[in-house]
Amino acid sequence: MQKTKNTKLHDGMIKSRSTKIGDWIIVGICCVLIFICLVPLLNVLARSLSSTEYLIRNEVLLWPKGFNLDAYTTVLGDQKYTHSLVFTAGLTVVCTVISMAMTVMCAYPLIYDNLRGRNFFNGFVLFTMYFSAGTIPHYLLLKNLGMLNTVWVLIIPSCLSVYNMIIMRSFFYGVPDSLREAAEIDGAGPIRTLVQIYLPLSTSVMATLALFYAVGRWNGFSDALLYVKDTDLYPIQLLLYNILQNTNSIEIGTQEGFFDPGVGETMKMATVMFATVPILIVYPWLQRYFVTGVTIGAVKG
Amino acid sequence: MKKEMVVNDGRIVAKRLSWSNYMKRYGTLYLLLLLPLVFFVVFRYMPMAYILGAFKKNNIIKPPWEVAWAKNNGFEWFIKAFKNRDFLFSLRNTLTLNLLDLVVGFPAPIILALLLNELSFNGFKRVTQTIVYLPHFLSWIIISGLALRLLAPNDGLVNILLHKAGFEAIPFLNKPNWWVGTYVALGVWKEAGWNTIIYLAALTGISPELYEAASVDGAGRFRKIWHVTLPGLRSTIITLLIMNLGRILGSEFDRPYALSNKLVTSVSNVISIFVYQNGIKGSQFSLTTAVGLFQSVIGVIFLLGANTLAKKFGERGVW
Repeated sequence: MQKTKNTKLHDGMIKSRSTKIGDWIIVGICCVLIFICLVPLLNVLARSLSSTEYLIRNEVLLWPKGFNLDAYTTVLGDQKYTHSLVFTAGLTVVCTVISMAMTVMCAYPLIYDNLRGRNFFNGFVLFTMYFSAGTIPHYLLLKNLGMLNTVWVLIIPSCLSVYNMIIMRSFFYGVPDSLREAAEIDGAGPIRTLVQIYLPLSTSVMATLALFYAVGRWNGFSDALLYVKDTDLYPIQLLLYNILQNTNSIEIGTQEGFFDPGVGETMKMATVMFATVPILIVYPWLQRYFVTGVTIGAVKG
Repeated sequence: MKKEMVVNDGRIVAKRLSWSNYMKRYGTLYLLLLLPLVFFVVFRYMPMAYILGAFKKNNIIKPPWEVAWAKNNGFEWFIKAFKNRDFLFSLRNTLTLNLLDLVVGFPAPIILALLLNELSFNGFKRVTQTIVYLPHFLSWIIISGLALRLLAPNDGLVNILLHKAGFEAIPFLNKPNWWVGTYVALGVWKEAGWNTIIYLAALTGISPELYEAASVDGAGRFRKIWHVTLPGLRSTIITLLIMNLGRILGSEFDRPYALSNKLVTSVSNVISIFVYQNGIKGSQFSLTTAVGLFQSVIGVIFLLGANTLAKKFGERGVW
């Protein structure tokens, strides 16, 4: 953990003239990369805020022209969108809480080296990461459990990720055993040790995993496509997919000819932004944490 | 045996407790494990019972254990799958797209990590990292929305710019060959930045003395990268390569499904889409379960093979 901070490899070295030029070339390349990462989002944002006449004339690049919020007010005025946005947000919160609880409950007992049957439990859990029954068996099971077309099918089958559990477990391993033993000698049971020692020390990895689970649910699409038919249960990504596909077919049909973007176009772009913005808001705050999380998972996985 | 503490290597280790004392002390651990274990049994192991369906006659109502065995000693559906043109195409497309991903998408984060490692301005480095990690958090649906807009044949930003530069419009998503290229490029756009994290972490483990020694010996930037940085990344690269090889026949669903359209199904229909269309939509459960089983088994074989190979070359492997 300490090591990740040690990034100043070249500090204190004497630099020749050619390395300085090299440094600026590298900065230049990075600027291009930053540009490539941001342009798609800026372009779509600009189009969603522009008026149709400028869109038709292909004049909108990275800055909106004929600024208006019509697309956004239309989306927010449509009950179908607002319902899906609120539903997905609620779903994301519920899923994240359940997933975090499950992850801790699975990871924590497995760090006790005197847990009887630990090797069996580890193998039992890890096996599922390398061998999966496949799409249809999962579908048939959920169908027989009567979970299809309920909200539970979007919550429970994906509520525990082995990969995330391994990250959590590796982080718990990093907490010195002596702390746990000291707590045990003082008479604290496993749960008290977990709540009073392990969890307070794990805020960074908890933030990381919560972000992973939350983003996973917010971006989740295929489970809804496979298991849900009721449009009230459509997460925002599935709704967005349907919207994009609808007008997309027209666009392809008129490949050679003239295509009128119309209001539908800006609305599509506004919906893309609605699906993206929550991530853009949460992500920068958690960025400093997740590097640690990913690194731990990779090194010890 | 009574509960006792033994000093061992200067560490206090709890020694064997009797069963009842053990449960009194650590029983809550099993209580914690209970729900996760139930989860794995129900949602990860119970589906495996339905794999039996791959060897049984297709029945959309009864569970596979109540259905008669399929023809050809139960291997009817495997034989049918390999005579099915759509499946063979999806197999070919899966392999093609995954191989291209491996060839193009695997080295990309390594190169990017080397580049970021050479950045000597720390503030700028952090900003760059923040921005190149971002696409990882966007869903394939969002990215398909961005791509449809940006790469649209007539009024997409890229084609507007190409047109201004005097080039013809490129049908990025509407012609099979271009679609494959776009698919791979978008994969790089989404994941290359994120995948640098692991390499950058491995780089911090390289001793600065090695760089200093190389400088003293007169090595320039590129020789230092070649002789110090890349050897330092060797085992990380190999571990990740193993994991990627294990997924060579695995197929993502969201990515090809979101980016696909009617004009490019000949290259975009991968195994997962075949399973979705024929299984969930077409109710051919036995055939698609067989396909899924084939895919999982090959995946495990590839993973084991790559892991053994890595160990032969003296690397740590995945496990």
